[in-house]
Amino acid sequence: MAQDASIAAQAAPAEGLDGVVADWSGDKQAFPVPWGKAMMWIFLLSDTFIFTCFLTSYMNVRISTTANWPNPSKVFALHFGATEVPLLLIAIMTMVLITSSGTMALAVNYGYRRDRAKTTALMMATAALGLSFVGMQAFEWTNLIVNEGVRPWGNPMGAAQFGSAFFMITGFHGLHVSAGVVYLSVVARRVWTGFYDRKGTYETVEVTGLYWHFVDLVWVFIFAFFYLW
Amino acid sequence: MNNAAAAKTVHQQPGPGIPDDGHSADHGHTAGKAHAEGQQHPLKIYLLIWALLFVFSTFSYLVDYFNLHGMLRWTLIIVFMLAKAGFIVAIFMHMRWERLALKFAILIPPLALLILIGLMAIEGMHTFITRFGAFGH
Repeated sequence: MAQDASIAAQAAPAEGLDGVVADWSGDKQAFPVPWGKAMMWIFLLSDTFIFTCFLTSYMNVRISTTANWPNPSKVFALHFGATEVPLLLIAIMTMVLITSSGTMALAVNYGYRRDRAKTTALMMATAALGLSFVGMQAFEWTNLIVNEGVRPWGNPMGAAQFGSAFFMITGFHGLHVSAGVVYLSVVARRVWTGFYDRKGTYETVEVTGLYWHFVDLVWVFIFAFFYLW
Repeated sequence: MNNAAAAKTVHQQPGPGIPDDGHSADHGHTAGKAHAEGQQHPLKIYLLIWALLFVFSTFSYLVDYFNLHGMLRWTLIIVFMLAKAGFIVAIFMHMRWERLALKFAILIPPLALLILIGLMAIEGMHTFITRFGAFGH
């Protein structure tokens, strides 16, 4: 608290590049944000490296294989009788995740307005959407394993690396979503019980939001590179 | 130590809740203002970005739906992807309103990944050529 008070009370800081020099060279805390936010950003930076490594290894095996890469548009199509709609489930999952990002952004906003009921409701809605995303992913995995015969070491449709890349990347992302649902539920409960009113700040809701938006952000890249490419 | 302690005491006097943005209209949307009570912005901008994310997601899905191919497909996918990523980071994650020092600390290091991607693309093509030469097709 004392730390936050001194941050808030600092005189109008320099802007632009002068501000960067002042922030980094001054005998003071470099980033004038709550420590939880700075730490979350640094964690997300490391997570960016992890997911980029996954996507880069996927790129590498996809470039280097001489076998045909299975066409994601067909592999992930949904069948309604005779009609085949390409990537429909993935499109719905994308929309669900974006919707959850929107509800989370609103939750952060209502948190700073000290509206406990709306913040809790929006965070629980975000968690519910996250849960439905994981549910659809479980459906997708089941369909791929049981009906399409995809395994980490091979599949009937082409390059053997398709399965390992798919399970690794979407599995790791799904774990992030699942962990996020737990994280959101814990923080939402604390909002509801007035924990952050007693603490005096709702910044934890914003930090939780950072994590959740990052999960959405990663999906944007997975959607583009794995499903659409 | 004494100096630091004294400085802290002095800083604390105005208190955290002081409305420091009252008449400094020229500072407008600066980060300093936002940090007094966390990131507070009008709901309108969130709803706008939310709508845009839906629009861009629909566009990228349509790229696949209409079965576009080649350079056009890749360009559109990348453009829509970067637009969505930019909106999420800038608005939803509030990066736009953070101080430049934090922006630099978080956004510049990932550029190193471009080197990894470049090297792995070269390595992948080399492996492909080697396999093609050794095994054919």
